[in-house]
Amino acid sequence: MTPPAPFPAPEHPRTAPLSIHDMTVAYARRPVLWDIDYDAPPGKLIALIGPNGSGKTTLLKAVLDLVATVSGTVRFFGEAYKTARGRVGYVPQRGSVDWDFPVSALDVVAMGLYRKIGWCRPVARRHKEQAREALARVGMRDYARRQISQLSGGQQQRVFLARALAQEADLYLMDEPFAGVDASTERAIVALLQDLRAAGKTAIVVHHDLQTVTEYFDEVILLNMRLIAAGPVDEAFTTENLRKTYGGKLALLDEVGHKMTLSEGEPR
Amino acid sequence: MSDRLVDFLLLRDYTTRWALLGTVSLGIAAGVVGAFMLLRKRSLVGDVVSHAALPGVAIAFLVMEVRAAGGGRWLPGLLVGAAAAGFAGVLSATFIRRFTRLKEDATLAVVLGVFYGVGVSLFSIAERITSGMGAIEDFTLGAVHSIVAGDVALIAGAALLVLLTCGALFKEFTLLCFDPEFAATRGWPVGMLDVGLMGLVVAVAVIGLQSVGLLLMVAMLITPAAAARFWTDDIRRMALIAALLGGLGAFCGVFASHLVPKLSAGATIVLAGSSLFAVSLLFGTRRGVAWRMLEHRRLARRIAREHLLRACYEALEAERGGAFANKPAAFADHPLPIERIVELREWTRRQLERKLFAAEREELSRRDAQRRWMLTKAGAVAAAQAVRNHRLWELYLIHYADIAPSHVDRDADRIEHVLGPEIVAELERQLVEREPRLAAIPASPHEIEAAAADR
Repeated sequence: MTPPAPFPAPEHPRTAPLSIHDMTVAYARRPVLWDIDYDAPPGKLIALIGPNGSGKTTLLKAVLDLVATVSGTVRFFGEAYKTARGRVGYVPQRGSVDWDFPVSALDVVAMGLYRKIGWCRPVARRHKEQAREALARVGMRDYARRQISQLSGGQQQRVFLARALAQEADLYLMDEPFAGVDASTERAIVALLQDLRAAGKTAIVVHHDLQTVTEYFDEVILLNMRLIAAGPVDEAFTTENLRKTYGGKLALLDEVGHKMTLSEGEPR
Repeated sequence: MSDRLVDFLLLRDYTTRWALLGTVSLGIAAGVVGAFMLLRKRSLVGDVVSHAALPGVAIAFLVMEVRAAGGGRWLPGLLVGAAAAGFAGVLSATFIRRFTRLKEDATLAVVLGVFYGVGVSLFSIAERITSGMGAIEDFTLGAVHSIVAGDVALIAGAALLVLLTCGALFKEFTLLCFDPEFAATRGWPVGMLDVGLMGLVVAVAVIGLQSVGLLLMVAMLITPAAAARFWTDDIRRMALIAALLGGLGAFCGVFASHLVPKLSAGATIVLAGSSLFAVSLLFGTRRGVAWRMLEHRRLARRIAREHLLRACYEALEAERGGAFANKPAAFADHPLPIERIVELREWTRRQLERKLFAAEREELSRRDAQRRWMLTKAGAVAAAQAVRNHRLWELYLIHYADIAPSHVDRDADRIEHVLGPEIVAELERQLVEREPRLAAIPASPHEIEAAAADR
């Protein structure tokens, strides 16, 4: 075996779907993310949690080159985002677009294929078929021709997921897919995440519902401008770490702590 | 008057023919580009471009006049100047927005003012040192009848080029307008696409300077697109309809100005376009005011019908108790306890009668020989469905709502759509437990699953 590498250590393991090294992001000279260091394990469902304004969305946008970083490097499967983007699927927050836009659900999903289709070429029948399959995977096949404003919030969220699925990526970055969705959509998303994991894919999901973290995810990242902790849920998702992340919101923490003590002893 | 009409329709008059060709092709191109600008939420950029073009026209005139006296009116030269200045205008607005914290509307206002001010000053200088530059009004308000054959080739050629570009980049522009951030993550050069779209706006605005003038150019761009939005929910059709409306507006406008001499065609074109917009606003099939009112009435009627059916069902249920348990159809053809319904609801007898007559028209209720009201079979089934939905919904609110108010999609009209099969099954179980005699009502049709299985 090779001896432990001397300084500098291998910065970005090639196996990591996402590897962040020393990343700092600032808006108008005020840092919002400090020295983030993180390697995502492959084939896991990873929750990214933290209070409002803790930089969860900014973290996703920064690794996707949507927001300029002040320092640090990011690699996807050992490569820069520019060369790895085909393997990375992004599901933005539902509120980031105008749902009154005159396109159908199928049109939106097909957008995930545009890069593959290439410049100036129309969306061919086989692309539409692929988009339809992606819609079917989120239980929305029957809504393909629906104009997007006529979909419910949960259905819109599923359309966004399908757009990323159509791209057939290996790593999915999802920004609050569970926010404001109905119960059946929540179930559909959970089932989809499990499918993805079974297929060896990785998903990093911004999540706001602490109650479901242990149930839905394998790993957790706790973020509050700094990386507080990251790792398997049963190691990193501790009351202590939550307290560091969420600060004074004790009522919430007690509730979660209570829930966790209750679930202890039960096999996971 | 009729001679003029015939002249116009037969395109006998050269001036009119060229004016018509030029403005109609402009209208078509402007409609399509305007559709994208509208969807990119940059409707006012067209206004900035056309105003910013003015100093370019003046500078081009001065340069050409210096090179050869009297050569300053050469149209292609003027248009190149206009295009350069218009482009400089949007680019400076873009830069200011990007590198300062000013918002888009403020940057547009500032840039428009600066460029237009410079343009007006340059025009007065040009007028003083040369003669025959032509009035500034020709560019601010347009002069359709100054269009000659040579100009038309230029205008139509530019319009065609704009249309071809829009066609080739249709999917790229759609993505840019819908979700630029996602486009960027997928590697599309969003900045370049935006510049390209601006370029098309500049092209349209510049060729429109001569016919409709810079003041009304923005109307030419945005009005047809805004009108088209009232007719369709599909971006391809929207672009097509905007093109048609733009062309039609231009045609009608030139026609009107031909019929009424001395009426500026630039103004009539925009007025014609605005009339088309007004018609679309009122009668558009997608979100026109008339349709919306109709739909609202339909919804109100549906809700009233459900209230009535539920009241009938519950009154019968209370009256008969377990007598016809478990068979919604048994509720049909039984005289309705009118007094009880009136008591149950805060309706007067008259109101109730009116509702029953409305239901009769839909064959949900009927009267027997003694003129007693009763539900038809269809009415009883619909009533059972309404009652079931209502009760499950109430149960849900009682037992689950405090846990997950955000998990409910109230837009769906059947409870299964709202809550999903497992929760519905659980609620049904609870409902049966609480009120065993109602067991039959929640005979869930589960239409969705059945339909999905068929496929």
